[in-house]
Amino acid sequence: MSAPSSPVGSVVRWGLNLFAAAVLVYLFLPIIWIVAFSFNEPKGKFNFVWQNVTLDNWREPLKDEALTDALVESLKIAAISTIIATVLGSLIAIGLARYRFKGNALLDFVLVLPLTTPEIVIGSSLATLFLDQDITRGFNTVVIAHVMFQISFVALTVRARVRGFDWTLEQAAQDLGASPMRTFWKVTFPLILPGILAASLLSFALSLDDFIITLFNAGSVSTFPLFVNASFKNSFSPQINVLATIVLVASVLLMASGTLIGTLRSRRQAR
Amino acid sequence: MTISDPSLDSVDSPDDDSDASGDSPAAARRPIDPERIGLGGLLLAGLLLVLVGTRLVTGVAAVIALALTLGTIVMLIVTAVLGGPEARRKIAPYGLLKPGMLWLALFYLAPLVTLLRNSLSTLPSRFAVKAEFDWNFGNYSTAFTDFGGQFQRGFGYAAVATILTILLGYPLAYVIAFRGGKYRGLLLGLIIIPFFTSYLIRTIAWQSLLADTGPIPNVLDAVGLQPLLDAVGIMDGDKILNTPAAVIGGLTYNFLPFMALPIYVSLEKINLNLVDAAKDLYSGSVRAFFTIVFPLSLPGVFAGTLLTFIPASGDFVNQQYLGNPNTSVIGQSIQNQFLVQNNLPVASAMSFVLMAIITVFVVIYSRFFGTDDLA
Repeated sequence: MSAPSSPVGSVVRWGLNLFAAAVLVYLFLPIIWIVAFSFNEPKGKFNFVWQNVTLDNWREPLKDEALTDALVESLKIAAISTIIATVLGSLIAIGLARYRFKGNALLDFVLVLPLTTPEIVIGSSLATLFLDQDITRGFNTVVIAHVMFQISFVALTVRARVRGFDWTLEQAAQDLGASPMRTFWKVTFPLILPGILAASLLSFALSLDDFIITLFNAGSVSTFPLFVNASFKNSFSPQINVLATIVLVASVLLMASGTLIGTLRSRRQAR
Repeated sequence: MTISDPSLDSVDSPDDDSDASGDSPAAARRPIDPERIGLGGLLLAGLLLVLVGTRLVTGVAAVIALALTLGTIVMLIVTAVLGGPEARRKIAPYGLLKPGMLWLALFYLAPLVTLLRNSLSTLPSRFAVKAEFDWNFGNYSTAFTDFGGQFQRGFGYAAVATILTILLGYPLAYVIAFRGGKYRGLLLGLIIIPFFTSYLIRTIAWQSLLADTGPIPNVLDAVGLQPLLDAVGIMDGDKILNTPAAVIGGLTYNFLPFMALPIYVSLEKINLNLVDAAKDLYSGSVRAFFTIVFPLSLPGVFAGTLLTFIPASGDFVNQQYLGNPNTSVIGQSIQNQFLVQNNLPVASAMSFVLMAIITVFVVIYSRFFGTDDLA
């Protein structure tokens, strides 16, 4: 934008910048709270009132065993469901972006539907299906549920990334005598891989964080959010803050390193 | 959508051709349209899975249906193997889409049909878990008469929260897009970071921040804003936790990134030369914004509205941790009827009404604005 033309204009500009900064602070308030209280020495069973700074919670991050078990369960579910959903979703994305075919508008619509359905409807309807079919709800049903909402997410995210892809590169490879399989693995796949990885990272986070859909389909399985919710009336241990902080830091590092690798790569290609 | 170049087909490698014609030269010139086999097989398999999933067909019929589903897959493979490269190219998208689409048919579409059937069923006794289907529309009148207030609050809170996310998210996205400079990527990362801590724990954090002795009421009291906020009805005396304002605040907080990110994406696409051109023609900054930037960013606002309003209207986590019994919302009633009261038919009816209202909203909405910017 051009330079401010009047004092009023510059006041507006700075006002807007300050407002945006304030919104960012608002976004981070609870995050700051979560991280800060991981260093608190709790009084009683609830880590809600600030007492003293301590590193004890960080020395024993796995002290709350039931909580650790729940986190491990969450990570297992997220890993399995993300792998399945990434494969199925990426196939759909390639199919939709690469080809023009009959019925693609209809199939596109079906794909968007799960994202426009409130979680509570998805969760309760799946649970009625499992009840109706006499399927005991547990680990497997949670994985099924997570894959279901991740597929649409992966497919649409990867498709958005693949949209600008230059498909004539495939033609070039085949002109040079590469078989379709070889073309895919040597040309297409490496080019769309960053998009697929980004989508799977985010869908992993979605699975890890899911509460409402999981609540309906978990049976006796306890995931991290389910455990925190169920034990909330009795206790809120500082280990919750510690583990949440670890997950946060690990995700941020993953995201940052992904971006960094991407930047380095494109710089090298630009040379 | 990328349109594939038809000339690509003619350059399929030569050894491919010989494979197909070597097996069965006649089959390569089959009169059946491979697209029909692909799409027909996909739709048929999906339909059959829905029928089996919802137990509309059972026993022997279900076995036959499953066999037919397998048959559509075999058919797809046979067509691909026997057909030439042209047939293969036409059938490829259906093969790529099939596994994921069948998953959605069985675990998204079929459950909705089961939900609909459950909403028209009756529990044989108070302690029964399974309901019997008997066209009982009474569940719907129960849903409206007993839970009308919850519906109103659920949609009302979601609507207010959506407007607030636009008011907060638009300036944020605007500043990042047009003034972020080389820090744009970093600032965008900052919007995404809250996603990486649990939604539930963030909401619990707000409960602690808003608690009567917590930091936010203390600060509001210290700067003297509390009487004002009490007067306009945001605070209840010196309390802010357990009020509708807290629930709406929590929803606004949790869905703000869903609004800010699509707005950012649409702002980033805007060609700034247009704005400069307007200014060259003596349009003021404000006028340039409202005639050029804002209309061009509307797709982002619309996408953000869908991504915010829909999940917010079914949410009950914010209400559970930040509200009080008088602010209960529809999501909570569904959860309570389903998981606590075991009243499946009424819970299903409420779920279905919620879904129907939102579908109408989405259909009207996407007729005007499209769903392209959702991803």
